[in-house]
Amino acid sequence: MSTAAVTDKRGGSLSGARLPKWSPWAIAAGSVAVAVGIGLGAGLGSEVQWGLIAAILFVLGTYGVAARVEGRRQAKDRVATSLVWVAFLLAVVPLVSLVWTTVSRGVKVLDVHFLTHSMGIVADTETGGGIYHAIIGSLEQVGLATLIGAPIGVLTAVYLVEYGRGRLAQAVTFFVDVMTGIPSIVAGLFILSLMLILELDPFGFAGSLALAILMMPVVVRSTEEMLKLVPNELREASLALGVPKWRTILKVVLPTAIGGITTGVMLAIARIAGETAPVLLLVFGNPFINTDPFEGAQASLPLYIYQQYAAGGDAAYDRAWAASLTLIAFVMILNLVARGIARWKTPR
Amino acid sequence: MAKRIDVSGLTAYYGSHKAIEDISMTVEPRSVTAFIGPSGCGKSTFLRTLNRMHEVTPGGRVEGKVLLDAEDLYGAGVDPVSVRREVGMVFQRPNPFPTMSIFDNVAAGLRLNGNYKKSELNDIVEKSLKGANLWNEVKDRLNKPGSGLSGGQQQRLCIARAIAVEPKVLLMDEPCSALDPISTLAIEDLIGELKDRFTIVIVTHNMQQAARVSDRTAFFNLAAVGQPGRLVEIDDTERIFSNPSVQATEDYISGRFG
Repeated sequence: MSTAAVTDKRGGSLSGARLPKWSPWAIAAGSVAVAVGIGLGAGLGSEVQWGLIAAILFVLGTYGVAARVEGRRQAKDRVATSLVWVAFLLAVVPLVSLVWTTVSRGVKVLDVHFLTHSMGIVADTETGGGIYHAIIGSLEQVGLATLIGAPIGVLTAVYLVEYGRGRLAQAVTFFVDVMTGIPSIVAGLFILSLMLILELDPFGFAGSLALAILMMPVVVRSTEEMLKLVPNELREASLALGVPKWRTILKVVLPTAIGGITTGVMLAIARIAGETAPVLLLVFGNPFINTDPFEGAQASLPLYIYQQYAAGGDAAYDRAWAASLTLIAFVMILNLVARGIARWKTPR
Repeated sequence: MAKRIDVSGLTAYYGSHKAIEDISMTVEPRSVTAFIGPSGCGKSTFLRTLNRMHEVTPGGRVEGKVLLDAEDLYGAGVDPVSVRREVGMVFQRPNPFPTMSIFDNVAAGLRLNGNYKKSELNDIVEKSLKGANLWNEVKDRLNKPGSGLSGGQQQRLCIARAIAVEPKVLLMDEPCSALDPISTLAIEDLIGELKDRFTIVIVTHNMQQAARVSDRTAFFNLAAVGQPGRLVEIDDTERIFSNPSVQATEDYISGRFG
């Protein structure tokens, strides 16, 4: 077959020989078989080594076969394609593995009882208990942080895109960039130093303040990009109707960009929902239900996971995994909601 | 209702770059005045100085006087927002608001300015769409998005949006350059109807269009490459196209330019 293919290629027509569609799978199967053979023969214990050998064999085999049948250019194309696939798999494998581990370990104790009870009368070594207090804490702290961070972030972005000129705008952009890089523990220490000066005990809202600091730069950046995407012609059309600038921004620019802005805010919320360090410093943690974010220590989901894992023991580990699953589900639901809003609000 | 425009000694800058220099002209009410000239000679810049849209561009500033029925648009204490309510504008590319329906687009000027009566809104929208010769095509889908219309319909929608706020003057910056000949004809017919109610100024690269729709024509040109644009002459359209008083105008119109 390959001889005929080579003749075809030299015929000078536009259609050269092509490998059949199933050939990548055949090459993959062949290289896995050979790799297993080599692995068993050489006594290599680790499956990772087998996989690496199979991957190298696959790339070399693809190049060799394709170069022989289809020519060098197509062979390079196939190698590039397989490298892209390998990169994709490398990126997806940890994600799938993480979700799989969390789900399989998390469902063990995740039930209605777990979601509706606190750890108040349950010692960390016992079974039972739940995360109700942590969910309450997380929702309140993240909610308050969003109420502070999102409006300030969006308004800062509006300033930068619609009004900011010269020195001040440059300075704001610079500090937003710096803020993006602030480690969460530093934001926590900043608020903690204020609390020490004012001699305050840990409470939920202090955590919200630190989370808001972490959230703001993310919101500013994403909102800025979205506002820049709004065509200038729409602003001019509105101004030419005799609409004042602030009304143009409020009624034309922001509605046009609302889908993207919402997505940005949701992603920022997802980011701060998983922060542990500032909560540990400022909110302290509390096995009892405390619904008042302005008075007394609270729990939160990431902090709960940390404390349960630190406590050790099978019961605590199970609870930590179940809480992790809840946190991932929370973030995922937020992302889905954001995508839904973006799709619903995008002009068609 | 339509108002006269008197421009004297107008010079416009982008930052330190002088775009147009020392332009003086009179635009008669209830007439169509066409601006023609090569690209980059400042026609659009000059048009945008007439409703203070020029200063929206960063670095844009203006020297000189623009009188709208004896009131200086650049006088002390004049609010650009109220100037733009008097002098409306239609842009080169149709730009309906993508988040709004056809109805909301036409009502946008009134709603965003906040000075309207709810009961009048339907009538004004219908009247404006009829005025823009678009009513029969869209009356059954007023709640559909404006971006779903064809290019020519979108441009007429933009004209309806501009005339809904009852301006005294309507500026049009190459309104047909993105449209096919049929839509262009529709807009030209519309201009002929609108000039009974508005003072119309139109920038165009299409000489036949200028000859067809306008009463007066102004020819702009650059003195030399890198120099600011200036007004060469303004006269009755018939005269500009048959017997212009400046040789450069005749060269440009007959295609012997450059």
